[in-house]
Amino acid sequence: MAVAETEGVTASAGRNAPRPDGYALFWGLPLALWQGMFFLAPLAFLVVMTFWSVKNFRLEPDFDTVNWVKMWSKGYVVDTYLRTLGYAVLAAVVCSVLAFPAAYALAFKVSPAIRRLGVFLLITPFFTSYVVRVYSWQAVISDNGILNTVFAFLGFGPVEMLNTLFGTVIGYMTLCLPLVILLQLFSLANVDRSLIEAAHNLGCGRIRTIFLVIIPSAKVGLILAATFTFILCFGDFVSPVSLGGSKPPTLSILIVDTVKQGNHWPRAAVVAVTMVVTLIVVAFTALYFAYGHGRARR
Amino acid sequence: MRLDRIIRGSLLGYVFLALGFVFVPIVISFIFSFNEGRFPVLPIENFSTVWYEAIWNEAPVPRAFRFSIIVGLSVAAISTFIGFATAYTDFRYRFFGKNVYLALALLPPTIPVLILGLVMLMFLGRVSLVGELHSVIFSHVVYCTPFAMALIRLRLSQMDPDLERAAWNLGANNWRGMLFVILPFTMPSIFAALFLTAAVSFDEFMIAFFVGGVNETLPVRVLNMMQGQVSPRINAVGSVVFAVSITLVILAQVFLLTRRGTGRLKAPV
Repeated sequence: MAVAETEGVTASAGRNAPRPDGYALFWGLPLALWQGMFFLAPLAFLVVMTFWSVKNFRLEPDFDTVNWVKMWSKGYVVDTYLRTLGYAVLAAVVCSVLAFPAAYALAFKVSPAIRRLGVFLLITPFFTSYVVRVYSWQAVISDNGILNTVFAFLGFGPVEMLNTLFGTVIGYMTLCLPLVILLQLFSLANVDRSLIEAAHNLGCGRIRTIFLVIIPSAKVGLILAATFTFILCFGDFVSPVSLGGSKPPTLSILIVDTVKQGNHWPRAAVVAVTMVVTLIVVAFTALYFAYGHGRARR
Repeated sequence: MRLDRIIRGSLLGYVFLALGFVFVPIVISFIFSFNEGRFPVLPIENFSTVWYEAIWNEAPVPRAFRFSIIVGLSVAAISTFIGFATAYTDFRYRFFGKNVYLALALLPPTIPVLILGLVMLMFLGRVSLVGELHSVIFSHVVYCTPFAMALIRLRLSQMDPDLERAAWNLGANNWRGMLFVILPFTMPSIFAALFLTAAVSFDEFMIAFFVGGVNETLPVRVLNMMQGQVSPRINAVGSVVFAVSITLVILAQVFLLTRRGTGRLKAPV
């Protein structure tokens, strides 16, 4: 036994793989225990719950696919699913496109001190409440809000902005824009400057350099930023309710309504499982595009 | 190159515009929290602190504030510990199923908070843990641990693994190596993780809304106010929260900077 122990230690010095002892378990187990108990078990329970039935407003353990069939045979559930996907894609595109010039400017056109100040300012909103910021937007874009007061002063309006898709997108941008600018900025800052100079020396124009050199080099960060936006907006509840007026609904609104109105937890669970599966598929697809292939192309 | 200057100027203008978009809601909220009128419309009426007095005298708000502090501190301590333990495990050990282990460590933030809240409510309800302050803490730790883990892992990746081995060669056991090599090196990231997880928990409202029951934390209180009527009290609460968070962040910065400063002083010139 003693020999085996020594061997284990020698091996660890070389290849970093000591046998599990009390010390290793002390550091390794907390996560496994906590996430197993309060994350994996609840998620597993969510999946099980989709097969339960509700009789006389009471939950009963069961194995019945009726919830899945009922939910997916309804036209409005399918519509809501597609709409939510569309909103999240729209948010990812809008945020990425609007963030890029700002990230580009901060990465290439300013001094390090200004860049640090910019990063600091972009981190600040993370320490304010998202709900409060959304509430403030209501005051800005409502029918007799600040923007419309300005519009009326200029002689036009009122423009309806609150309770429209525009409002929802403003909310999504409030949630994601600072994060997207930061992620894009970090990946742009790591782009090799000599590549850009080489492109310029070889007679590549500004715009072409951005599209053929800078964007491909910063691909990982740009894709990750868009993916984060998709994930956050796909599941967001606050913006579509408070700025989009909850009509038409997104999946999160559908979940809350299903629970509130019929107390129908299993059907809400069906929607929730669908959302989780969608997000996992999207996340892995994005990772594949970010890291997986693309090397082969050039 | 005039064209260069024009491009640079318009890009900088664009940055200002983007920052403006980010800060408009924060500034507006701050201004209207001092506005005497009930409705957030122009023109702005008299300066007044009436809404701050209102939230101070309204029982749920100070209570919610206290709950938020308790939850934030507990979550910061627990999730930073688990995050540190996990980051260290990833740093030092290789084992079968490590990818699954790491996925478990990083996955929770990709699940929408609405679903996490719902799932927690269903599950904790089954095991009779729901509706208490500690159910909020349990759930927030799940959500916050990945942030702590990522921060501390980042710091550990800047460390040479041979440092720890050198300590063992000099006769330190595992625990002494941890105490005198790993912990001092990761200390800045541990503080950063403490503040970040506290801030995330302090601002999280969806999970807290579902599992907290009558124990409202501050953001949940705001959410419930919003569903009621228009009230500048929300702006007042928001400004207080902002002031608290930003103070914490600045304190953390100052603390980290002075520590780094003394470190530099000790180094030979």
